[in-house]
Amino acid sequence: MEILNEVLVSNNLITAFVFVGLIVYLSYFFSNHFTGGRFHGSAIAIILGLISAYMAGLFTEGQKGVADFAILSGVGILGGSMLRDFAIVATAYGANFNDLRSSGKAGVFSLLFGVILSFSFGALVAISFGYDDPRSITTIGAGTVTFVVGPITGSAIGAESEVIALSIAAGLVKSILVMTITPLVAGRIGLDNPKSAMVFGGLMGTNSGVAAGLAAVDPKLVPYGAMTATFYTAVGCLLVPSVLFFLISALY
Amino acid sequence: MVIYGIALLGICTLLGLFVGELLGSLFGIDANVGGIGIAMFLLMCCTSFFKGRFKIGDVSEKGITFWSMIYIPIVVAMAAKQNVVGAIDGGFMALLAGLLVVAVSFIFVPIISNFKRK
Repeated sequence: MEILNEVLVSNNLITAFVFVGLIVYLSYFFSNHFTGGRFHGSAIAIILGLISAYMAGLFTEGQKGVADFAILSGVGILGGSMLRDFAIVATAYGANFNDLRSSGKAGVFSLLFGVILSFSFGALVAISFGYDDPRSITTIGAGTVTFVVGPITGSAIGAESEVIALSIAAGLVKSILVMTITPLVAGRIGLDNPKSAMVFGGLMGTNSGVAAGLAAVDPKLVPYGAMTATFYTAVGCLLVPSVLFFLISALY
Repeated sequence: MVIYGIALLGICTLLGLFVGELLGSLFGIDANVGGIGIAMFLLMCCTSFFKGRFKIGDVSEKGITFWSMIYIPIVVAMAAKQNVVGAIDGGFMALLAGLLVVAVSFIFVPIISNFKRK
């Protein structure tokens, strides 16, 4: 048993391939036999991944989901930003230039609109919960942009660490909800073509949420959504601690 | 050679991320400005160039398509390493803020997508 453990830990990336392979297999089995293929296998796989991350988090009290188990530390590499970014870029192979160009304006608009929309609603929630100093309101609003914009904004404008932690939590909730809800509402919001995928990427912005959400709807749409989402965090980091913070300060 | 495809993908990714970091430091922000988007754009330029003049070759192509096919398992691994407990423990306000923002954003997807057509 100890020897097996050692093999699994020292070859952690390979163990991760097996682990993910099992999850995906189980998910497609479940999808075909219990939902008649109506609920997409990859959507189930992503939800199973999140559930196992939750259980692992309760068990290990760590922050990296199942990757906090030594045996599954390879999942952290496989699901880390390096390989994720590499694979996202690869999805652009075969994407259509003309689709990209014809939806460019809608994409750019949704990007600016999306950051301001998320920020406003996040800030409104903060205000309705009784926050009345502009630093806290701005930081919580920033967190709902993405969980990267939250802490960057918070430390730039000098918010309390408790508020920064809240902003990260709000951003995490957003990203997890986008992963799970997207396949359920895709039909209703017309998310079935490159243009709406670009708008979706620009409105949601969370890289992991958009990546997983679109993967579960139609992998062909991934490059279009990822193309706009990749600019979202940067636009948030530019707008929130500057223009939007001044606006909130002026109001209070 | 399959490595040519992987290397081409690597060149595009690294160049994109490099330009993204440069743009970030230009704006004075600690984030990558569109690195992935730039990388995707480069890859699309390269492949349309190859299709026009040279052939990238079926085997080399597999070096790229492999990574685009392994994308979903990578996303599953990404889901399995999220801090889900942290998101749920963030309290009611974090949950409400996240939920509200996602709901409103979803509503605007069809509205903005259909803007021009009307």
